[in-house]
Amino acid sequence: MAIFNLNVNGKQNQVDVEPDTPVLWVLRDHLNLVGTKFGCGVSQCGSCTVHINGVAVRSCATPVSMVGNQKIVTIEGLSRNANHAVQEAWLEHDVPQCGYCQAGQIMNAAALLSVNSNPSDEEIESAMSGNICRCGTYIRIKAAIKTAASKMS
Amino acid sequence: MTLIKTNYNRRSFLKVSAATGGGMVLGFNWLTSCTPSGQEMLSIPDSWFDINAFIKIGENGVVTIMSPNPEIGQNVKTSMPMIVAEELDVDWKNVIVEQAGLDTDNFRRQLAGGSQSIRQGWQSLRMAGATARRMLMEAAAKEWNVSTSELTTENGTIYHKSSNKSIGYGEVSTIAAGLDVPEEVELKDVKDFKIIGKSKKNVDGSGIVKGEPLFGLDYKRDGMLIAMIEHPPAFGMKLKSMDARVAKSMPGIVDVITVQTEPEDKQWSDTNAFTTLVVVLGNSTWEVMKAKKTLKIEWEWDTRPESSDDHEQALAKLLEKKPDEPGRKDGDPEGAFRKAAKVIEKTYSAPFLAHNTMEPMNFFAHVTAEKADLVGPIQTPQYLRKSVSSILGLPEENISIMMTRMGGGFGRRLYGNFGVEAAVISQKIKAPVQLVYTREDDMTQGTYRPAYKVKYRAALDDENNLIGFHVRGTGIHGGPVFANRYPAGTVDNYLAENQTVESNISTGAWRAPRSNFMAGAEQSFLDEVAEVAGKDPIDFRLELFDRAINDPVGEKNDYDPKRYAGVLKLVKEKSGWGEETQGVYRGVSAYYCHNSYVAQVLDVIMDKGKPRVKKVWCAVDCGIVVNPEAARNQIEGGIVDGIGHAMFSSLTFKDGAPEQNNFDSYKLIRHPEAPMEIETFFVENGIDPTGLGEPSLPPIMGALANALYKATGERLYKQPFAQQDIVLG
Ligand code: FES
Ligand code: FES
Repeated sequence: MAIFNLNVNGKQNQVDVEPDTPVLWVLRDHLNLVGTKFGCGVSQCGSCTVHINGVAVRSCATPVSMVGNQKIVTIEGLSRNANHAVQEAWLEHDVPQCGYCQAGQIMNAAALLSVNSNPSDEEIESAMSGNICRCGTYIRIKAAIKTAASKMS
Repeated sequence: MTLIKTNYNRRSFLKVSAATGGGMVLGFNWLTSCTPSGQEMLSIPDSWFDINAFIKIGENGVVTIMSPNPEIGQNVKTSMPMIVAEELDVDWKNVIVEQAGLDTDNFRRQLAGGSQSIRQGWQSLRMAGATARRMLMEAAAKEWNVSTSELTTENGTIYHKSSNKSIGYGEVSTIAAGLDVPEEVELKDVKDFKIIGKSKKNVDGSGIVKGEPLFGLDYKRDGMLIAMIEHPPAFGMKLKSMDARVAKSMPGIVDVITVQTEPEDKQWSDTNAFTTLVVVLGNSTWEVMKAKKTLKIEWEWDTRPESSDDHEQALAKLLEKKPDEPGRKDGDPEGAFRKAAKVIEKTYSAPFLAHNTMEPMNFFAHVTAEKADLVGPIQTPQYLRKSVSSILGLPEENISIMMTRMGGGFGRRLYGNFGVEAAVISQKIKAPVQLVYTREDDMTQGTYRPAYKVKYRAALDDENNLIGFHVRGTGIHGGPVFANRYPAGTVDNYLAENQTVESNISTGAWRAPRSNFMAGAEQSFLDEVAEVAGKDPIDFRLELFDRAINDPVGEKNDYDPKRYAGVLKLVKEKSGWGEETQGVYRGVSAYYCHNSYVAQVLDVIMDKGKPRVKKVWCAVDCGIVVNPEAARNQIEGGIVDGIGHAMFSSLTFKDGAPEQNNFDSYKLIRHPEAPMEIETFFVENGIDPTGLGEPSLPPIMGALANALYKATGERLYKQPFAQQDIVLG
C-alpha cells in the first residue's frame, strides 16, 4: 500500500492503496465518486472516461501511481449544476436510455470540444469511437455534441 | 368519455389512506409494458410483474407517483407515470416520480394480468389516475355540498363553475383519503389527452448527466465486502478442487470460499449453467480482482464439451429432418412444390449472442439469520425473491428487494442468478456483500441468444404467384419459427416447422426473442423471392397482404394485415421508394412482433470500400404513443442494436469455452458504424398502446441485408455479415 495525494474535482484527497490500483477503482471504492462507470476494465468501452489535466483518459487502465499531481475531473466535477454545455445538450436531446455509458460519453465529448470547438461528423465519430453505447444512442449523442458546440462558440 | 368499472381490478385498490403529514395515498396495481412478452418466450409463465404503486397527493398539490417498475432504459419510469397523471388531470411539472422497492410495508405482492397485457396495464394505470381524480372530486363535492357531476377538473384544481368556486387537489386530498373507492370511474377521450402524446423528458435525465449513484453497482453499505466469482471456463465443466493460498494472503482479501447456488425449487428464471462457484471476498474491487487472478482451480468435465462447429452441424442436420408434428400446415404444401414452375430455397443462420448490458451483472445482499436484504438491478424481482427464499430457507416475507436503475437489460436481467449468488455468499460469509461480475465473467456466463438456422422454400407458378411456402427452423433449446406469423395466411399451401437441438450452454431471452433472427431471414428471403418473381419487393409484400385482408388462409394468423400493410405503405411514401439515387442502395423490410408493426427502408452507401448506413426510414404502428420523443429514442436504439448485431457480433465456442470475453474480441457497433440518420413515423390511430422497446430491432436486419445485396450484388445468408469478405470490401 502507498499514500497518494490526488486532486479530484478541485479537492485534495488522500488515499492509501496499492500503486497499481486503477484510478477508476480509487474513485469508485475509495472516494465514493461512482459517476465514473466500470464497463470493461480493458480500455474498450469508454464508460470510465475522466479528464486528467483536461485530457480524456480511460480510468480503468490508468494506475493511480501515474497521476502524480495532475488534476482529475470526473462527471461529478464537470460542472456545478449540470450546466456544462455538453450536459445541457444531453438533456435537450434526451440522449440517455439506460444511461450507464453516458457519463463516459459526456466526459469524452467535453474533452473533444475543448480541443475542437466545431467538430465535423467524421471528427465526432472518430473521437467518440472508443465509447460504446449498448442502447444505441449514437445519433442523439452526435446531435447533442453539435448542439453543445454551437452553444459554446 | 369511457366509463369503466374499477372492481374489474378491485383487488388492486386495496389501500387508500391518509399520508403522514396530510394528503392522500392511493395504492394501485401496476402492470408493465415494453418487456419481452411471455408469448414470445419459451418457458416463461403468463404472470409477469406483479407489483404495486402509489399515487401520493400532498397537501400542497404536489403529486408523487411511485414507480416500482424496474427501469432498464425503456423509459417506463417516465412514460407510465405520464399515463396516471393524464387521467388524474394534473400538471406534469407538479409530478414527482419515485422509484419504489418490491417489499416495503406498503407494497404487497399482487398478481397482475398476463404478460401480453400491455392493454391491461394501460387500462389499470389510467384507472388509477381516474379513480384518484374521482375521489378528489367527491371530496370537493362534499365540502361544497354540491353534486360531483357539477364539477370539472383541470391541472390539479377542481372547479364548480356555477358558483365560481375552485379548490386544489392538495386541499381536499386528506378528505378524499377517507372516502370509499368508487365503483365506476370515467376515462378521458383520447382526443382530450394533454400529457399522453406530448414528449416529456426522462425523469432521471439530470441524475444521469450528473453521474448520480442510480445504478446497482453504485450501491454501497457500511461494512460491505466486494465479492467476485470464478465460474468454470467452459460449458460442461465443474469445480474439482481449488488452491487459494496465494489469494488469501493478499492485501484486502477476507476469504475465498465455494458456494452452491442452485435453488431446490427451480423456476424458469433460475436458468444457469454454472451453479458451483469459487468466490473471492475482500475490501475493495481492485484487491479482489487481483486476488482472483492468482486462484489455482482445477475443473473437470461433467458433460461433453461443445464447439461452434458441433452446433453448426447439429443445426444443419436437423434442418433436413422432418419433425413429428408441424407447427402449422395449410393446404397441400408438397403438392404445390411438385407442380411449381420455380422453387426458391435458401438457408439462413445466426450465431450465439451475449447480452452485454453495459453495466455488468451485480447485486447487493445482506443476509442474517432472520432476513435477507437485497438491492440491485433485476427485471424480475418477485421471481428472484422466490428463488432466494428457496435457497436460503427464509420465508418470502423476510426478504426485501430494492430495484435500482439498470445499466441495460435486453433480457439478461430476467434471469436473476447473480442475485441468488449474492444472497448465498452473504449468508455464508455472514456479512453484507456486493457481488460484481467483471466483463469477462459476464460475457462467458451464458444465458445467450441461441444460434439458429432456418430454411425457407417458396413455390411460384408460371405467372409468378406464390403458391407454396415452407419454413423449417432449428435452434439451440428451441426452434425460432412462429408458425402463425406472416406469410402464414397469405398462401394456400403453407408449412411451418421447428426443431430443437439440446446443449449444455445456457440460453435465454434476448431483445425480441426469436424475432431477432426470424425477421432478418424472412425479410431477406421474401426480397429474393420477389426478385425471382420479377416484382418490386414492396408490391410483392403488399400483394400478399391483400390476400390476407380479402381472403385469409386459416384462422390463427397472429397479425392484422391492414395495420401491417399500413406501415409498409407509410414507409414507401415517406422514403420516396422507387426513386433511384446514384451510389445509394436501398433495402426494405417489415415485421410484426410484440403486437406492434414496423416497416423500414434502409439506404446504404459505400464509403472507402465499406458499407455505411446513410439513413433509415421507420414506420411504426404501436397504437397510441405515450411519450413520442422517448419512443423515437427506443426505435432508434433498436435499429442501431439490430444493425450492430447483424453486422458484427458473434459468440463462438471451442471445446465448451466462449472464444470472446470482452469488447476487444466481441465486436459491438460503435459511433462510426451507426446510421447517419433515422427518421421515425408513428401511425396515429388511437388504438391502445403496444410494445415499443423491441419491434424496431428485428426487421432492420432484413432491410440491411437487402440494401447490402443492392450494394454488393451478393445475398447474405449468415450473420454476422461483416465476417464475410464481400461486405468488408
Ligand atoms: S471500463 Fe474503462 S474503457 Fe471500459
Ligand atoms: S444509454 Fe445504455 S449504454 Fe448508453
